[in-house]
Amino acid sequence: MSLLVRIRKQLGSFQLEAELTAGEEALALLGASGSGKSITLRCIAGILRPDEGIIQLNGETLFDSAAHIDLPPQKRQVGYLFQQYALFPNMTVSQNIAAAVRDRSAAPAVTADLLRRFRLEEAAALRPRQLSGGQQQRCALARILASKPKAILLDEPLSALDSYLKYQLELELQDTLSLFPGPVLWVTHDRGEAWRSCRRVCVIDHGRTEPVMTMEQLFHAPGMEAAARLSGCKNYAAAVPGGTAVLLPEWGITLDCGRVVPQETTTVGIRSHSVHPAEPGTSNVFACTVVRVIDDVFAVIVLLRPAGAGAEAPLLRMELEKAAWAALPDKARLTVSVAPEDLLLLK
Amino acid sequence: MDWYPLFNSLRIAAISTGAVFFLGIFAAYYIAKLPRLAKGILDVVLTLPLVLPPTVVGWLLLCLLGPKRPFGAWVLESFGVKLVMTWWSAIFATVVVAFPLMYRTARGAFESFDQSLADAGRTLGRSNTWVFWRVQMPVCRQGILAGTVLAFARALGEYGATSMIAGYTPGRTATISTTVYQLWRINDDAGALKWVLVNIAISAVFLMAVNLLETRERQGRRKGGAK
Repeated sequence: MSLLVRIRKQLGSFQLEAELTAGEEALALLGASGSGKSITLRCIAGILRPDEGIIQLNGETLFDSAAHIDLPPQKRQVGYLFQQYALFPNMTVSQNIAAAVRDRSAAPAVTADLLRRFRLEEAAALRPRQLSGGQQQRCALARILASKPKAILLDEPLSALDSYLKYQLELELQDTLSLFPGPVLWVTHDRGEAWRSCRRVCVIDHGRTEPVMTMEQLFHAPGMEAAARLSGCKNYAAAVPGGTAVLLPEWGITLDCGRVVPQETTTVGIRSHSVHPAEPGTSNVFACTVVRVIDDVFAVIVLLRPAGAGAEAPLLRMELEKAAWAALPDKARLTVSVAPEDLLLLK
Repeated sequence: MDWYPLFNSLRIAAISTGAVFFLGIFAAYYIAKLPRLAKGILDVVLTLPLVLPPTVVGWLLLCLLGPKRPFGAWVLESFGVKLVMTWWSAIFATVVVAFPLMYRTARGAFESFDQSLADAGRTLGRSNTWVFWRVQMPVCRQGILAGTVLAFARALGEYGATSMIAGYTPGRTATISTTVYQLWRINDDAGALKWVLVNIAISAVFLMAVNLLETRERQGRRKGGAK
């Protein structure tokens, strides 16, 4: 059971080049807004037609520009969860679900079963606008499963929700999808959502996908700066490789990486919480002046200028627990360190 | 009082509204999908009858359908049917002038239709026809209905093109509007007033229906938006 996608599509000045393979898993498609995530999903579902390429699901060709194959969305059996769920407003919950059953004679039985499984029996006669956010999502999921999909695409399923509801619906979504036997493509711009719900991730940046990697790889060795940004890394500095160390000219420091630095490394990424006030005996220690202190909800964000940095150099962002910040004796000058394994080597 | 003009006006308006209903929806549905340039050109052409003087429409129709013009002559020769100066000749005029109202209202309704509903239906395995009749039309029904009522009211009130293409023959081609003109011309003010009142009453009822539909649509949208 797998989904294979290799497509190109030009939309105005936007160029999409997407290549990915998803197995029997939930694969995150992680990208900033406008990076081409939704266009990719639409091409897979058959709503948009790629200019060229190939899309295969479980060995069946859904689209192949060279062979002139382009199955209509009706024949692709790809479930699509829309951002606002796209429930038919003129139908009740049970009519919405029944509408998706392909075998018409089985519709009443299948619908009754799905209403029970998704705890929608009491809402069966209500219209979509009368439902709570959770019921709407369950109804949309039930409707997708009623159509017996071979793959499911989720288009930013939780982005329009407030944080408490979002947290609850995320759990429900994970539960539902864990029972689904086929590939699931989960589009999101939220690294946390991707981390909690998927084991592997495909990063998409400016219409281009990067090779699929595990979530651990994304956070510990993202490889590309775009991937590091999406994983939440905030500090970047131009880097010159030198054996097992990198020179950061902007900050006037050289940091030990504890491993051979690849020649193609151009940038170093440092996560805010990887920067610590230096303890005695640690390596990669350098002096900074404090430029600005921002009080966050559970942490303190400190913007630092390394001693050797030029006026134009980017500031180094450090995140500390509030207690740790309060315990520091000198709040104007700091000596900080970054562990060699916490340096992300990027290109 | 001879009620023939009322009966004739109503049947002309009803038949042309039926025709315009399907023509307008068909045009709105397909033109909404066209590229921008083609859409712009067709939009202008199809809306023109709304702003042209009815006499211009009437003159153009006579150019096409008149018994001495190529098309009119061909129909007369082949089928022995004269296309002008019968009661149903007025239908040509009312269809042309009422069409833009139906077309524009339907297009407005289709353009505000959430396309992801149609996409959802198609990915769930339902045909485009099913999606159109079971989702798009019901969701857009208030706008479509308002367009239908407007088209009917416009067809009922048509005078200029109708008088040119169907003329005024009492008991044959007379409509309310041509009757009022005829009665005024022969100084029968009392007779004219009766038909004026009939016409005002019918039009008022229809405009109230349009207002009611539009209010309901606004409320429906507000409810839908509050989810």
